Amino acid sequence: MMNALHEPQSVVVLGGTSEIARAIVAELPPSHLRRVVLAGRPSPVLTEAVAETERDLAVRGSSAVVTEVAFDALDTDSHPAVIGALFAEDVDLVILAFGVLGDQEEFETDPAEAVLAARVNYVGAVSAGLLVADQLRRQGHGALVVLSSVAGLRARRSNFVYGSTKAGLDVFAQGLADSLVGSGASVLVVRPGFVRTRMTEGLAEAPLAVSPQQVAQDTLKGLRKGSHTVYSPAAIGAVMAGLRSVPRPLFRKLPI
Amino acid sequence: MTTTTTVPGGNREVLTGWGCTAPSAATVWRPRTPTETAAALTTIGDRGAIPRGMGRSYGDPAQNAGGAVLDLTGMDQLWLDGTTGELAAQAGASLDEILRQAVPHGWFIPVTPGTRFVSVGGAIAADVHGKNHHRDGSFGSHVRSLDLLTADGATSTLTPDGPRAADFWTTVAGMGRTGVITRATIDMLPIETSLLRVDTDRFTSLDDLMARMVEADEHYRYTVAWVDSVNGTGDFRSVLTGGDHAALADLDARQSRDPLAYDPDVRLTAPPWFPARALNRWSVAAFNEVWFRKAPRHRRDELHTIADFFHPLDMVRGWNRVYGSGGFVQYQFAVPDARADVVGVALDRLRTAGAPSFLTVLKRFGPGNPAPLSFPTPGWTLALDIPAGVPGLAATLDALDEVVLGAGGRHYLAKDARMTPATFSAGYPRLADWRERVDTLDPTGRFMSDLFRRLLP
Repeated sequence: MMNALHEPQSVVVLGGTSEIARAIVAELPPSHLRRVVLAGRPSPVLTEAVAETERDLAVRGSSAVVTEVAFDALDTDSHPAVIGALFAEDVDLVILAFGVLGDQEEFETDPAEAVLAARVNYVGAVSAGLLVADQLRRQGHGALVVLSSVAGLRARRSNFVYGSTKAGLDVFAQGLADSLVGSGASVLVVRPGFVRTRMTEGLAEAPLAVSPQQVAQDTLKGLRKGSHTVYSPAAIGAVMAGLRSVPRPLFRKLPI
Repeated sequence: MTTTTTVPGGNREVLTGWGCTAPSAATVWRPRTPTETAAALTTIGDRGAIPRGMGRSYGDPAQNAGGAVLDLTGMDQLWLDGTTGELAAQAGASLDEILRQAVPHGWFIPVTPGTRFVSVGGAIAADVHGKNHHRDGSFGSHVRSLDLLTADGATSTLTPDGPRAADFWTTVAGMGRTGVITRATIDMLPIETSLLRVDTDRFTSLDDLMARMVEADEHYRYTVAWVDSVNGTGDFRSVLTGGDHAALADLDARQSRDPLAYDPDVRLTAPPWFPARALNRWSVAAFNEVWFRKAPRHRRDELHTIADFFHPLDMVRGWNRVYGSGGFVQYQFAVPDARADVVGVALDRLRTAGAPSFLTVLKRFGPGNPAPLSFPTPGWTLALDIPAGVPGLAATLDALDEVVLGAGGRHYLAKDARMTPATFSAGYPRLADWRERVDTLDPTGRFMSDLFRRLLP
């Protein structure tokens, strides 16, 4: 159970190799954690993430059990069974963290790649999100953190395929939150700006870039405050509010 | 012929404890009779059920996420024998109602916590204590019998020294885990008047206060100290009150006309929209300053009403809302006499952490009772209210837990909303005995709460 000070005992990450999700786990109070599941496509990276999380928690004096579970966002037929099994025991916090950034140029030359990104980022999240919500409603408590992005707030020439998947995800997650009012469960939508991770390696850093640790801290602050939405860094929320009212002809020419 | 019983309720509701933290949703049933209670139990699913009274536990013991909660406040009948002082009450009867019925007849509840808005069932399940613990023990020690509806659907009458004494003491302080208490009988305390004769002393040193409290135990049935845990940087100042029920001879002519008059009133209601930021270090510091200064330096034989002496906070309905939407936690621990130093350590650490506590209460405990999960043990108990949003509070309290456990202390389940399973089991060395007994009474875990999901996963 999540306690009065928002310290979860059981955490499931969908997209277990996500650096932001793993930073969130690393920021959680270790003495209260009992179970951490990193779910994702089986790979050496996922196995290493499990080992690393286990080591980190042990160093911090936690006796939490860290496990690896096979989960593929694309294989939506498998979701009911996989997510059902994850909830065989109560889960206090689910982090929906899977997603691909892709490359806009490649998407435009090979639309099949764009479809794949849309299937992971949006279709997979709709499937997993609805199934998780159903489980949270059944157990009467728990929080779902959805990693969205400011890229979903306004279409940009340079990454609109990715942006549109996040836009869909963001609206979906907001509605899911409303559907859970009165159920004892909640959804927190996290909208980071540019985050320095493997996913963005080699890309030119945007202004107000943050580390995964910063996003993790902002996320936990949002959970403590019972927020619906969190921007990371907080300032990017104001920037986006401004950018959304910039006329399109002008916005297109902005160097972002 | 079989008849079906319709039980009121059955809606999904989001519940919290008095601290307004960690909400969860459950199907709430409101049975009005033991028959309806038993009928409600037959409908529960695999997430079990837990009884709930007035919801005054601070944390999550009367919540059951995804399962059933039996709100027993509709089962509130009581019968008082005016000659013997034996009270029979259904589980949902409140101490408020009991006092209204009993005081005018010259009887008082043997143990009352700081609020009279608690149910009899809850008082037994939490084994609550009051200002007279050093002399009279906790609530469970005054229960002559209780009727327990267990997971098998049977109701049994249990007594503290009868053939099922072990089940009785597993239920006392058992936080609802053994079944539903439907009815209890309690020995009431005879009183001549409804007033208390009270002595008050102010202290500017914690050591002086604690030395005086040890002596005061000999002289007063009721003692408690309020500590200013916010102001100052060095020592802590405090106000000690000690009292006993006034005799007829203590009353003046006017008071003697109706010596058992009892009419407690709720004078204020806290607004539901109380802004979270209204309560901060500065406003609480000012409150503590006024509270200290309004107390007399040294006064003897002042007459107080029951409500003023025992239940000052009950005058403000919904006072828990002043902590804002983020809610608050109460940190209450007990330590043995030999480790009285932990009281000062805890006060120091929480003042340093900037935890604004309105109400910091220090009290001495006498001997405990046979209930394995009963909180009171001989020594000291300190309780502080702290807004849940204080930065770094989680780590501060985790560290304090270690100090308390290192001193052979423990934490109170009726107040706890945040400790770990390890902290719980270290504080209650007889937990294994208790669990063994619970497993025989409820082998499939039909009775479950958020508290037990958190502390006994």
